[in-house]
Amino acid sequence: MSDKRTCLYERHIQQGAKMVSFGGFEMPIQYTDIADEHIAVRTACGVFDVSHMGEVLVTGREAERFVQHIFTNDVAGAPVGKIFYGMMLHPNGGTIDDLLVYKEGDERFFLVINAANIDKDYAWISEQVKAFDAVAENQSDYYGQLAVQGPKAEGVVENVLGLPCQELVFYTFKKMQVGNETIIISRTGYTGEDGFEIYASHALIQQMWDKLMESGEAKPCGLGCRDTLRFEVGLPLYGDELTDDLSPIEAGLGMFVKLDKEEFVGKEAIARQKAEGITRKIVGIELEGRAIPRHGYEVVADDKVIGEVTTGYNSISTGKSVCMALLDINYAKLDTPVQVRIHKKLQPGKVIKKRFYDKSYKK
Amino acid sequence: MEREFWTRLNKLTNINNSNNKTPMSHIAFLPIKGEVRRGVLSMAKVIEGLYYAESHEYVRVEGEYGYIGITDYAQDQLGNVVYVDMPEVDDEVTAGEEFGAVESVKAASDLFSPVSGTVVEINEALEDEPELINKDAFANWIIKVELADKSELDNLMDAAAYEAICK
Repeated sequence: MSDKRTCLYERHIQQGAKMVSFGGFEMPIQYTDIADEHIAVRTACGVFDVSHMGEVLVTGREAERFVQHIFTNDVAGAPVGKIFYGMMLHPNGGTIDDLLVYKEGDERFFLVINAANIDKDYAWISEQVKAFDAVAENQSDYYGQLAVQGPKAEGVVENVLGLPCQELVFYTFKKMQVGNETIIISRTGYTGEDGFEIYASHALIQQMWDKLMESGEAKPCGLGCRDTLRFEVGLPLYGDELTDDLSPIEAGLGMFVKLDKEEFVGKEAIARQKAEGITRKIVGIELEGRAIPRHGYEVVADDKVIGEVTTGYNSISTGKSVCMALLDINYAKLDTPVQVRIHKKLQPGKVIKKRFYDKSYKK
Repeated sequence: MEREFWTRLNKLTNINNSNNKTPMSHIAFLPIKGEVRRGVLSMAKVIEGLYYAESHEYVRVEGEYGYIGITDYAQDQLGNVVYVDMPEVDDEVTAGEEFGAVESVKAASDLFSPVSGTVVEINEALEDEPELINKDAFANWIIKVELADKSELDNLMDAAAYEAICK
């Protein structure tokens, strides 16, 4: 099956982006250089085409009860405008996807899911929703999405795009009327910096992109630096740190799983993992040298393989070679000495917290 | 050729280290086959008098020795080099076989030796400043080998032939 293209595809080509296949879409990995784009987001402002992300709208009398059923976080009684991060789980506790839930109303929730999982998620949601007085609609083909990220993002969104956003606090959103359409703007992102995500029709997303490019105030950024940015602040990527076989507890994301909720798919499995303990866990590792640990590389200790790297880089912000890795729980304690096999050689390092750079959110 | 280069460029990254149940997101950064697009193509430099391999390494021959590095085209395709994995002095290298890797932020690319021989020197400057390869790939060779069989040079390309495959 050939890859889909976003509404900004032609613009990416014109701007000289290097295009790659990601999650079933043909996406820009970089326009100029991953490190330059990374630094632009850490120090000023970058804009990402994230139109590949999927959107599902859930409406109906039992919309909230349904969301509670498929989602690990607790949205009960939340105010309109609030956003939650959490997961959808298999009954065995494995992760179907991680997602954002936007509460648009008591009977209306907007779910943002990973591009690569749209078909799988929507099939799951459609099956589960049958038991509820609610409807789930896949709106992924309608929405384009921009992520404007960085310490200067607020000014850029307000002044260049003309969208008042100052009053939004972290993990909240509002709907706005632009021309004759309603758009969604949220203070969210996947970079560890302050920033906004904007959901609108393809035509409007194209106009906004053009305005941003003309202004020169936001650097076009590809998925390459999106990955290095999220990695540095320890955010998981579905497929690396979360999979159908990995639970949020094993991924170190237990805070987004609310076991005090009455019910959700996977609750029993997670409760069991918490009671009995897990056998493996995602941790951070820092290496002594510059060799770069990459996805799939073996982690070794006591002359045996004790896990594997899930994501690794030479950190652009700190210059250190670091990675996240799924390790045998017996080696997951901080400061445990471990080695990563890189190009046949064992490179020494130790377990550290999986946050390699501090986030700077506007709370 | 470009496709092969990219396939190789990505060989050590996400792809070949995952097992068969690789989810889509692991194919994240593989360029679309045969269609690595970019805007303005900067003209890569090629130097006369060197020997070139299809895998984008060069050999500069001085007497019994060969200086091996990656071409300007290769460094341009790879982007900023952030790490160079080198063999050790006295290691043997074999024509067509892997002897190390050059890595950008996102990708690790194996290095294949264009000739056989014994490593007599490694470019230690690259340990602290791997980006020297981006500044001048031909001046910043990676290893110096004592050539085992000079007739192997006949299997390599001259500047004109190499330039042709980079287009």
